[in-house]
Amino acid sequence: MAATDANEDKRNLELGGHVGFDSLPDQLVSKSVAAGFCFNILCVGETGIGKSTLMNTLFNTTFENEEAGHFESVVQLLPQMYDLQESNVKLKLTVVHTVGFGDQINKESSYKPILDYVDAQFERYLEEELKIKRYLLNYHDTRIHICLYFIAPTGHSLKSLDLVTMKKLDSKVNIIPVIAKADTVSKSELDKLKIKIMSELVSNGVQIYQFPTEDEAVAEINSSMNAHLPFAVVGSADDVKVGNKMVKARLYPWGSVQVENENHCDFVKLREMLLRVNMEDLRDQTHARHYELYRRCKLEEMGFKDTDPDSQSFSLQETYEAKRKEFIVELQRKEEEMRQLFVNKVKETEAELKEKEKELHERFEQLKRLHQDEKKNLEEKRRELEEEMNSFNRRKVAAETLMGQALQGCSQQPFKKDKDKKNFFSLPSACSLTSGRNLN
Amino acid sequence: MVAGESGMGKSTLVNSLFLTDLYKDRKLLNAEERINQTVEIIKHTVDIEEKGVKLKLTIVDTPGFGDAVNNNECWKPITDYIDQQFEQYFRDESGLNRKNIQDNRVHCCLYFIPPFGHGLRPVDVEFMKALHEKVNIIPLIAKADCLTPNEIKKLKDRIREEIDKFGIKVYQFPECDSDEDEEFKQLDKELKECTPFAVIGSNTVVEARGQRVRGRLYPWGIVEVENQSHCDFVKLRNMLIRSHMHDLKDVTCDVHYENYRAQCIQEMTSKLAQDNRMESPIPILPLSTPDVETEKLIKMKDEELKRMQEMLNKMQQQMHDKEQ
Repeated sequence: MAATDANEDKRNLELGGHVGFDSLPDQLVSKSVAAGFCFNILCVGETGIGKSTLMNTLFNTTFENEEAGHFESVVQLLPQMYDLQESNVKLKLTVVHTVGFGDQINKESSYKPILDYVDAQFERYLEEELKIKRYLLNYHDTRIHICLYFIAPTGHSLKSLDLVTMKKLDSKVNIIPVIAKADTVSKSELDKLKIKIMSELVSNGVQIYQFPTEDEAVAEINSSMNAHLPFAVVGSADDVKVGNKMVKARLYPWGSVQVENENHCDFVKLREMLLRVNMEDLRDQTHARHYELYRRCKLEEMGFKDTDPDSQSFSLQETYEAKRKEFIVELQRKEEEMRQLFVNKVKETEAELKEKEKELHERFEQLKRLHQDEKKNLEEKRRELEEEMNSFNRRKVAAETLMGQALQGCSQQPFKKDKDKKNFFSLPSACSLTSGRNLN
Repeated sequence: MVAGESGMGKSTLVNSLFLTDLYKDRKLLNAEERINQTVEIIKHTVDIEEKGVKLKLTIVDTPGFGDAVNNNECWKPITDYIDQQFEQYFRDESGLNRKNIQDNRVHCCLYFIPPFGHGLRPVDVEFMKALHEKVNIIPLIAKADCLTPNEIKKLKDRIREEIDKFGIKVYQFPECDSDEDEEFKQLDKELKECTPFAVIGSNTVVEARGQRVRGRLYPWGIVEVENQSHCDFVKLRNMLIRSHMHDLKDVTCDVHYENYRAQCIQEMTSKLAQDNRMESPIPILPLSTPDVETEKLIKMKDEELKRMQEMLNKMQQQMHDKEQ
């Protein structure tokens, strides 16, 4: 309430003399310089296309970077942090390279790791912002300020992978496309290629970073640079003697490509734009546009709104309370559900077990009966066998006595007796008695 | 056949090699249209003549290779095409009238490796492995004007290493006869050490050192296509057209085609054995009688052998029993 009143009463006053608050900018500068600056670059491009070389050339130093192979199975991002200093300005530089980009046979999910990384940095900042006790001043900002997308100079147009990836990234980072290894494209081909690439980007709705043209100081140079996008760059860390100077160049049998020669490539333009003119604007855009977009999406997802249905502004506190209550209720409900489920399961298992028990019991009974039947049968058989044996024994005894009598009496008709004996002895050999008599 | 990603300079190189313009009205696709592109096979046939010698040249182009986002099995249309040509020739060869067989088999495949990487990429390896037993593969480093001589050497060594590592059988130049003169042997040796060739193509004529040559004009110099110190284009041309053309055809005939043929016949006989029907018509190709008869003979002999073997076994068994 008080604020709106003051606005209506605002008046412009003339100063009588020199007050001195025109030194505010200087105070700001010295403060910023003391704190140091932070800049994060993401380099996206195929393996071997010259990302590391370009970084080395841009910053006039050698960042350690291993040469990557072509046989990575997924795309990975490798961030590396460096502390640089020029005059008395300190810069914390983070360079993130994509390893294995464009090498896989199926590249449909190649953009995902990149997207996840960018989101993760935003998430980190958001978390820090939402903390109760936060240290935003000392916070090391890792959000990506710029993405340099390296386009392979095939001479015709963008690759399909390039288009897909840039489309996914354009709402999350500032993208500046560059044509890598531009010493393979002749001048006329280059113009055609640039036009083709820009038209493809426009027709597919990819929003690349436009250099700002509002500030008069830089408007002119920026708008002319905008016309030169995408920059065709050549990188080289080697010094070569050309004329009588040592310059950075690539030496070929047919000539040498000088990196800092504007006729040869657009490296100088890129360096101007990136480091000397628009660095602050890049950081600003990242924070004001991309980060805010991310934050809004994330908070909306979580269910926060700025105004409730009655269009009265919510305070964050009330929203928090409401959310918490909701959450607890939900939790309790889920607990109940789980418990019910558990009880049901237990009942089911018990029933099953009981049934199984019954079954087993029955089978046991059955087996027992069978067993007993068998036993009875066997018993009977045994008895029969015993009887037979007994009768056989009797007959044997009888026969022997007869034999004895016969021998005593007379030895007539041995055959007949043999026959009789045969009859007596035609019992199953299961009850064979060891009689030493030879039966034919 | 020329194979490689879009924009590697295949058409330019073909035009440079044969000094003609084969690709007059070509339509190039946008990146958007190429996201889901499938590989096509396009044939250009020209009849060229030089000093009374006529040559029927067929260039098989493979637009769309490696251009889509998902390139799984993107070499399948190419292997199918090569197999088709072999099958066609097989049929013609086994036919009754063999006077006018047209040889459409692919004699040589020029594979363009992009110079922007550090060596072979997975898609390169897979492609070459799928094709190395069907066609003579000659790998080339495309757009070599983006590499300094040092870098070219490193890349060539790297690629040769990786070819060995993955067991890819590229086309090998035949050994010289020992009675050839030294110069020839020297040339041959140089040729072999130079593979894979680093090539640059150009259709435009530029003025360099007072002469009109084919080359590419840059602000920092002129790259001459036919200058041996600039690139290996001359070596490639000599090898392909002047010295080894016939050898390429021979290897295709003797090695690749025979492999295909043997495989084909094997498949057919194994299928027959499974079906166990000798007299029924062979479902794959209508072969003429001589082949079927020899096959039958072979089968009969096989069965006889088996029978004898069984008898032998039985007799051995009997003897063994009797001994016991």
